[in-house]
Amino acid sequence: MFAPILAAAPIDLAVFAACALIVLAGALGVVLSRNPVYAALSLVLTLFGVAILFVEQDAQFLAAVQVIVYAGAIVVLFLFVIMLLGVDRQETLGGEPLRAQRPLALIVGLAGLGEVLALARVRTWATGAASSVGPTTGPGSNVEKLARSIFTTYLLPFELTSALLIIAVIGAVVLARRPVRGVPPEALPTEDLDVPVGPGDGVRAVDGEPLADEEVASR
Amino acid sequence: MSLDGSYYLVLAAVLFTIGGIGLLVRRNVLVMFMCIELMLNAANLTFVTFSRMLNDIGGQSLVFFVLVVAAAEVVVGLGIIVAIFRRRADATADDLNVLKG
Repeated sequence: MFAPILAAAPIDLAVFAACALIVLAGALGVVLSRNPVYAALSLVLTLFGVAILFVEQDAQFLAAVQVIVYAGAIVVLFLFVIMLLGVDRQETLGGEPLRAQRPLALIVGLAGLGEVLALARVRTWATGAASSVGPTTGPGSNVEKLARSIFTTYLLPFELTSALLIIAVIGAVVLARRPVRGVPPEALPTEDLDVPVGPGDGVRAVDGEPLADEEVASR
Repeated sequence: MSLDGSYYLVLAAVLFTIGGIGLLVRRNVLVMFMCIELMLNAANLTFVTFSRMLNDIGGQSLVFFVLVVAAAEVVVGLGIIVAIFRRRADATADDLNVLKG
């Protein structure tokens, strides 16, 4: 199953080792850093490492898309939300509601990893018919072969993704709107939604006095 | 000769495990979201590796779709998080118990 690691070309081995280190360091950074901003930046590290591993495996188009969509759009969106909401403070450690959760999560995760690695010993990792859609090798670029597969075999799923993206955009717009219940927007107090809602606090008085900008920022 | 695919698969399994443990351990909703992205990336790495091992471009097509779905998911998920943040000042998953009976 595991071909001897030194049978590969030294450059492939070096690239894989460096990228594996980058990917794992970034992943641990996401999980372990207290500050969400550091976690997002560690996520960028992991995404770049995975992109290099894509190139190493002749998936150049996906590597480019990985950098553009993930590192370029998704992480920026994460950082934007973090900055917008002002949650770039450290996570509190006290008041753990489920004391046993962390050790249990560690045990369950490592047990899952052990299971997958044990399955690797059974020699059934990569089986099945080869090239049901099209080969990755042969003449033509990676982009050409990928495009041929997406625009012929997977044409219907590809069209469905456009519907999915439209739905996601509409959903984001709906979620981002402030709820207005029969009141024209200018009649609403400007900051009523920033007041934390307590239990049994179905109706609360609004004094209608808008908060100063510094107060809003400090919340 | 390129490196054997098994090593990539083991790396993907480790990455997936780190993401899963992080999802279970962390309290911050945003960081939990990032851990989901880690797990998606591990799955993508597995797809690309199998695509090379089986000489089948279908695996790479699937990664393309996973990227699209991940982008849509992040947009909606972050929208939900922003909506939650409007109502309460905290982003701790344990405090989101409005639906509790």
